[in-house]
Amino acid sequence: GREEAGREGAAMVVFSVYVVNKAGGLVYQHDNYSPRSDVEKTFSYPLDLVLKVYDERVVVSFGQRDGIKVGYAVLSVNGMDVNGRYMTDNRDVLEYLNTSFNYPLAIRFGRPRLTSNEKLMLASMFHSLFAIGSQLSPEPGSSGIEVLETDTFKLHCFQTLTGIKFIVLADPRQAGIDSLLRKIYEIYSDYALKNPFYSLEMPIRCDLFEQNLKVALEVAEKAGTIGTTS
Amino acid sequence: MSHSARLHTHTHRQRGGKEGGRNGEIQGGRRSDKPAARTPPQAAQRSAGVEEMTVHNLYIFDRNGICLHYSEWNRKKHAGISRDQEYQLMYGMLFSIRSFVNKMSPVDFRDGFLSFQTSKYKLHYYETATGLKIVMNTDLGVGNIRDILSQIYSTIFVELVVKNPLCSLNEPIQSELFRTKLDSFVRGLPFFSARAG
Repeated sequence: GREEAGREGAAMVVFSVYVVNKAGGLVYQHDNYSPRSDVEKTFSYPLDLVLKVYDERVVVSFGQRDGIKVGYAVLSVNGMDVNGRYMTDNRDVLEYLNTSFNYPLAIRFGRPRLTSNEKLMLASMFHSLFAIGSQLSPEPGSSGIEVLETDTFKLHCFQTLTGIKFIVLADPRQAGIDSLLRKIYEIYSDYALKNPFYSLEMPIRCDLFEQNLKVALEVAEKAGTIGTTS
Repeated sequence: MSHSARLHTHTHRQRGGKEGGRNGEIQGGRRSDKPAARTPPQAAQRSAGVEEMTVHNLYIFDRNGICLHYSEWNRKKHAGISRDQEYQLMYGMLFSIRSFVNKMSPVDFRDGFLSFQTSKYKLHYYETATGLKIVMNTDLGVGNIRDILSQIYSTIFVELVVKNPLCSLNEPIQSELFRTKLDSFVRGLPFFSARAG
C-alpha cells in the first residue's frame, strides 16, 4: 500500500478532497495523504537562518541550507510543537530563538501546514477563480476550471447542477479521478443528502459519508494507473 | 479467433492488394511487402485533429501587472468588460492562482502553476524568473507547451524587446516587428489552424 506508493514515487496518490457549497463555503475537507519533508536539526547560538513572522507563523526568509528552504516554517522546538508564532507555553518563538541562554536546541522545519481557517479561505478563493475562468473564456459556453495542473499536483473539480463543487487534489499522474469525482457525488447524495439530520449547505458531519469516502479513495488509488473504477 | 482473422487479412494484403480497396488502403504499388506502419484510419484522424486545435489568444504581463502585449487569433467570445478591465482581471486571476498553488502544494515545487482547463479551452502559463508572465489560451487538444512559451520569451521577447534600446520595459510594447514576428511564430505552430468563420 503506502510503501509501494513511496517506491513508485507516489504515482497513485490522492492528496485531499474538498467539498464546497454553492455560496463558496467549505462544507467538507479530508486529507488522505500528506507527504512530509520535515528537517530537524540542532542549532547553536546565533542562528544563521533569518526568520520572520509571516501569516502568523515563523518562517525562514533567508539563509537556505541543508534541506531547510526559504518559506519553511518552524514546526517544533526541542520536540514541543509550536502554535503559529507562540510556543505551547505562550512564549513568543522569535524571542525564544533570539535568547542565547536557550541554546543548543533542536528545531524542526517544514512546509507550513494549512490551518482550518486557511483551508476555508482557499476553498472560497478557488470558488471565485472557478467562475473567473469561465468569464474569461475565449470560447462561448465554457464551464469553470475543471483541471488545474502544476508540477507537483493536479486539482480536479466537478461542479454539480446544483452548484456544489467536489474538488480532488491528486498526483499529476493519477488516473481515474473523473470517475472518483462522480463516485464522491454519489456518496454525498446517499449519506449526506439522504441523512435527515443534515442541513443543506452546512458542514458535513456524517460518519457514513466519511467512511464510504475513504473506501472510495482507496479503490481509486489502487485502480489509478490500470483503468477507471466502475 | 480474432488473431487468426488478422493473419488472414495480412496474407490477403501481401498477395497483391486485391482486397486493398475493401480495407480502404491507398497504396502506391499493388503489393505491399511490409505491414503498413501507418494505417489509413490514423492518418485520417491526424488531419481531423489538426483542424480542431487552435490558439485563441495570448497575453504578456510584466511583474507589476501591466499588460505589455495582447494578440488574438480565434476568439469567439469576449468577456463583456473593457479591455483594460479584462487585463486586470486576467492578471488578478493568475496572481491568485499562483498564491493558491503555493499554499496548496503538498511538496516543494519547481515550476508551480502550469496550466488549467475548462470544458472549452486550456490556459497555459509561463513565468520567467524576472516576473514576466506569458499566457496562451488554446484548444483542449493541446498538451504541454511550456517549451514553446519559453521559446517565445527567449527568441522573440528578449531579442526584439529587451535588446531594443527604444523599447521601455514597463510599457506596452509598441514594436511592430515584435508583433509581426510573434504573429508568424504562432501561426507556424503545429497546433495552430485558422478556423473559417
